[in-house]
Amino acid sequence: MIMQKKMIANHFERLSNTDKTGEKAVYTFVPGNLNELIWSFDLLPVHPEINALQSAMRKQSGDYVLEAEKIGHSEDVCTYVKSDIGMMRKGNIGPTGQRLPEPSLLLLSYTGCFTFMKWFELLKQEYKCPVVMLHVPYQADGRITPEMRFYVTKQLKDVVIPKLEEISGKKFDLDRLRTMLASSARSEDDLVHVWNAAKNKPSPIDAYFGGVYYIGPIFTAFRGKPECEEYYKTLRAEVDQRVKDGLGPITPDGKMHKEKYRLVVEGPPNWTSFREFWEMFYAEGAVCVSSTYTRVGGLYEQGFRHDPDHPLESLADYCLGCYTNRNLPSRVDIIAKDIIDFQADGFVVNSIKSCNSFSAGQLLMMKEIEKKTGRSGGFIESDLVDPRYFSAANIKNRLESYFQMLEAKS
Amino acid sequence: MDAYVGIDLGSTTTKAVFLDEHDRLMGFGITNSRSDYDVACQIAREEAEINSRFSILRRELKTHIPGEGHDLAVAWLYQKYRLAQHTRQLTALAATCRKAVDLLPVAEHRAPTHLLLEQILSEMEVEAVGLFKPGADARSDFFRDIAASTFLHLSEKKAGDDSKMLDRLIGTFDKSILQVESKSYANAFGEYIQFAADAVQRMPEFQVHQAAIQTAVKNTVAVVFKIINTIGTGYGRQRLPFPKEQIRSEILCHGLGAHFMFPNTRTVLDIGGQDTKAIQIDATGIVTNFQMNDRCAAGCGRYLGYIADEMNIGLHELGPLAMKSKKQVKINSTCTVFAGAELRERLALGEAREDMLAGLHRAIILRAMSLLARSGGVVSEFTFTGGVAKNQAATDALRKLIEENYGEMKINISPDSIFTGAIGAALFAKRDRKGDLIGVDLKALQKPVPSKVEGPVAKVQERA
Amino acid sequence: MSETREIVEQCKVLYEDLSLASVKEWKQRTGGRAIGFMPVYAPRELVHAAGMLPVGIMGGGENLEIIKGDAYFQSYICHIPRSTIELGVTGRLDCLDGMLFPAICDVIRNLSGMWQMLFKDKLVRYLDLPQEFTKEIGGTFYKQELQGLVHELEKLGGKKVTPEALRHSIKLFNENRRAIERLYNARAETPENLPTYELYLVMRASNVLPVEEHTALVEKYLAAAARQKRNKLDNARVVVTGAFCEQPPIALIRALEASGCYVVDDDWVLGARYLLGDVAMGEDPLQDLANAYLGDCVETASRYETRLEKGAFLIERVKRYRAEGVVFCAPSFCDPALLERPMLVEALNRANVPHTSFNYAENTSQYHVFKEQTGTFADSIKLWGTA
Repeated sequence: MIMQKKMIANHFERLSNTDKTGEKAVYTFVPGNLNELIWSFDLLPVHPEINALQSAMRKQSGDYVLEAEKIGHSEDVCTYVKSDIGMMRKGNIGPTGQRLPEPSLLLLSYTGCFTFMKWFELLKQEYKCPVVMLHVPYQADGRITPEMRFYVTKQLKDVVIPKLEEISGKKFDLDRLRTMLASSARSEDDLVHVWNAAKNKPSPIDAYFGGVYYIGPIFTAFRGKPECEEYYKTLRAEVDQRVKDGLGPITPDGKMHKEKYRLVVEGPPNWTSFREFWEMFYAEGAVCVSSTYTRVGGLYEQGFRHDPDHPLESLADYCLGCYTNRNLPSRVDIIAKDIIDFQADGFVVNSIKSCNSFSAGQLLMMKEIEKKTGRSGGFIESDLVDPRYFSAANIKNRLESYFQMLEAKS
Repeated sequence: MDAYVGIDLGSTTTKAVFLDEHDRLMGFGITNSRSDYDVACQIAREEAEINSRFSILRRELKTHIPGEGHDLAVAWLYQKYRLAQHTRQLTALAATCRKAVDLLPVAEHRAPTHLLLEQILSEMEVEAVGLFKPGADARSDFFRDIAASTFLHLSEKKAGDDSKMLDRLIGTFDKSILQVESKSYANAFGEYIQFAADAVQRMPEFQVHQAAIQTAVKNTVAVVFKIINTIGTGYGRQRLPFPKEQIRSEILCHGLGAHFMFPNTRTVLDIGGQDTKAIQIDATGIVTNFQMNDRCAAGCGRYLGYIADEMNIGLHELGPLAMKSKKQVKINSTCTVFAGAELRERLALGEAREDMLAGLHRAIILRAMSLLARSGGVVSEFTFTGGVAKNQAATDALRKLIEENYGEMKINISPDSIFTGAIGAALFAKRDRKGDLIGVDLKALQKPVPSKVEGPVAKVQERA
Repeated sequence: MSETREIVEQCKVLYEDLSLASVKEWKQRTGGRAIGFMPVYAPRELVHAAGMLPVGIMGGGENLEIIKGDAYFQSYICHIPRSTIELGVTGRLDCLDGMLFPAICDVIRNLSGMWQMLFKDKLVRYLDLPQEFTKEIGGTFYKQELQGLVHELEKLGGKKVTPEALRHSIKLFNENRRAIERLYNARAETPENLPTYELYLVMRASNVLPVEEHTALVEKYLAAAARQKRNKLDNARVVVTGAFCEQPPIALIRALEASGCYVVDDDWVLGARYLLGDVAMGEDPLQDLANAYLGDCVETASRYETRLEKGAFLIERVKRYRAEGVVFCAPSFCDPALLERPMLVEALNRANVPHTSFNYAENTSQYHVFKEQTGTFADSIKLWGTA
């Protein structure tokens, strides 16, 4: 945790000093991001979703969303976008209170979410800066075809890399990229090890609420960097030790008393009341042993690793493989498999108003998962960063009812 | 006597149920929920206890008074009992009102206000006697409602054109009733029932039963309830003064309660004021799946309330009006706000009011159908509970849609369903006491529904 | 009955036929298969060349009561998927042998997965339209997508799709697009003679009619409309935009016109007008179709805009059709349309084009507010030339 905080602080410090250092920022999205590639040109990545969720955890997103609605954005649409636009309108002060640099490039890695395209089109209007589109096809039949891989790789080679060269003024350095990819793969091994530790009883980690911290470095600006590797090595050792000691996850209130229910969670968390939301789980003895949200950046559990021997192809597979880029039957399979593999008592769907990519079809997914596993699902609704859309009493009521149902059924 | 208590703290009413060692329902209590949940909960429980005692009293009398005579006796005893309780509350109200008048800010207002207040109070006392007799049509059984309507009516009469005086009187009442309401006046069963017994046995038709009444009352008063366990449920359950282990979600209680009332139930739909629940239960009443309405209030009872306001008619008039509809119209806006606009627009375009209302009822039921589908469909037997279950236009629409979508099946609609959650809670209280949540034989719990319980108990249900 | 009225009535029957009786009839008559497709753009030429009938599915509109569909979607998701599911699970789409889901938004994309789970015995294909528009990259990928679809259709129909057949289909659809362009131009010229709801119904007929029949229908309507002179009103000429997927109810379209607007361009049934020019008819028809998609197309929210300024296309349309204002008419909860709107608004402001906006759902049944709003908008344009 402390390591992660330091990493983030350093990064934002560096971002706030670009006017002095002359370093350039590339805005890009989290899912399937090209972090190693960006860094290999010494460009600094900025992830607008992360800024939005950080703003929410700092209780600023509500104002930002209103600001965006004031200038004509609909109440109906994604609040990540609105929070970002609102933040920009209010001076682009980032989560650490420091000003964020304007983008020198918007790298529109368009994977798993249609709204990304509109988002950067909007930012393009604001910043009048260049945009590079990386269109990542959807795994509509649950697999990556050679055509898809070729398409993405070709875009990397012929569109993205030349653009990055142009913006950075540097030649593409394949060896440097390879070194970083090798480092990424080592972090990925450690992370998968950490996820699998949740198969223990009690689970040493909470793979949803705790999980969002564990994915921090690897899904954002640090994958492929030494400090990221160091982080996952330490995390892995810590988790192994917890398993040895028979300890459960750590919560904001300290140790968890007793693991009563093991759950798989589908959907992103709510950020405006993150802690309160988490408490509704741990106070009842519910541990999330696996979650789909922690695969939103990339999915490593099925064996994917960044590969220094096939650098561009593995970047393409990473983009193509993230969770929301998979069709609904695949998502059903992933959840159903986790319920079995992690010996979960049930699963909870947190349906997010902002995120159609996750939410559209979830109700049918639930039925399918129930059919496949024989476990009943719990269903709650909230939003990412819109505090107006988090009804604590409502959610708590449902969760409690759900947990008690699990208890009565068992 | 051992008792298990279930309490359902709802958003508008708080319900309590007493269950005995043999899983028989002994008594029910209901009161309006108020800001002080502890009091609401206490009063409901006391009401349920009184109600339970009347069950016992009734059994006692039955052995002494042959034929139908005991029915009437119990009915009279109950009314006189209520009168005694009411009188006690009136006395408390009088004292509080007097104090409030003493504190009126303008000194010269006090004397004239006192004068009128005393007249009002004494007339209220007289009026009360007429209120409590078997078959009397009381609009409400809650002291607050009865007192408020009489007080208001008398104040208007006394104050005449003096609107300032009227304001003062009503202000006094409003302040005082809150204090009276926040105390319980039910803890003197012995005293009230003795008053009732004395009054009843003086009546010509009961003089011959004087001894029987006295014995029965004595025996009833002597019963000591030993509350073995209490379980709370309902939307306000978090605020019940219970430890966590004694709280169950309303979903679980509702499922078990419905199972108790109709043992073959597999699917339960509850449409209440604030939310709608679709629940699937297994053969033992355990919930296997459930869904609740999403964030918006569309499809809950409140939607109908909103529509009633919009059309400026009473909530209870909606159903009967809708029943007169001759043609089916489709209402598309299940959003409460838009539904109002759609309603206005279409009425203005000449659509018939009753057709629109029928359409609105269907719209609510369609929302419920979605929840049912999400929770796993509808499996026979199907039980429909909650306030909206009393609305025939809604039940008709539901029957039709269930049949069209899931085929013919047995549909249970219980008028007593307001106690479903509390009954479930009481059953949980008993189960948990046994310490074996798993594998409890619920066949043993299957007893007829309270509508068959006689006398005051039935009366309690009527007011629900 | 007037000539136009007769044609429009015929289209209305097709529009209201949610069980696709005309498609069933076509299948019976020809022994062919039918393939449904969702908005916005699908290469119908391929379906046609495979001897099948492409059938546009645009939700259930205002006439469908949603009984089952709501169980599948949360309240914050737009209306078209729930009515489409309703149509599907109630068996109304049984006559379709397959469904195509072109890339447009996350909801329709996920609907393709739902279809995979619900209708396992049907051809279900998500059509990934490239957002990279060079021939070498996006073109190569798209051509492979098209090839994949052709392959699926061939498997389904049990016969090869020949280049000749494809060229023939391209020719028919080119003719259809040209007829539609004439239709739109005629309306812009004399909007009083081609009321928008009539034109809309004629357009909607393209969803179910075989393309040759539809082209003939358009021509027939054009001729009839030209003969039937109607009074010209002092209405404001507007372009309507935002309704490229979930369609507004007919009554809303009528209300818009009745409030004092002549619609001179719109993006309803946009797939039929998505390609702006003719598709070439060369040696490699798949390449020609791919090139057409990469090249001259409408600008719409689901298609990435490579130019720096958004809204150039809209403003160009305003100018071409001499529109006096723009009406944004978008479905509630439609992410693409609603996120696009502020950018277009800015572009219109820069160009001094008056505009107004509202949201609807396909089954909206209250029009009063819209009518007031667009009426005021039209009046202000007429009075002051601005809104």
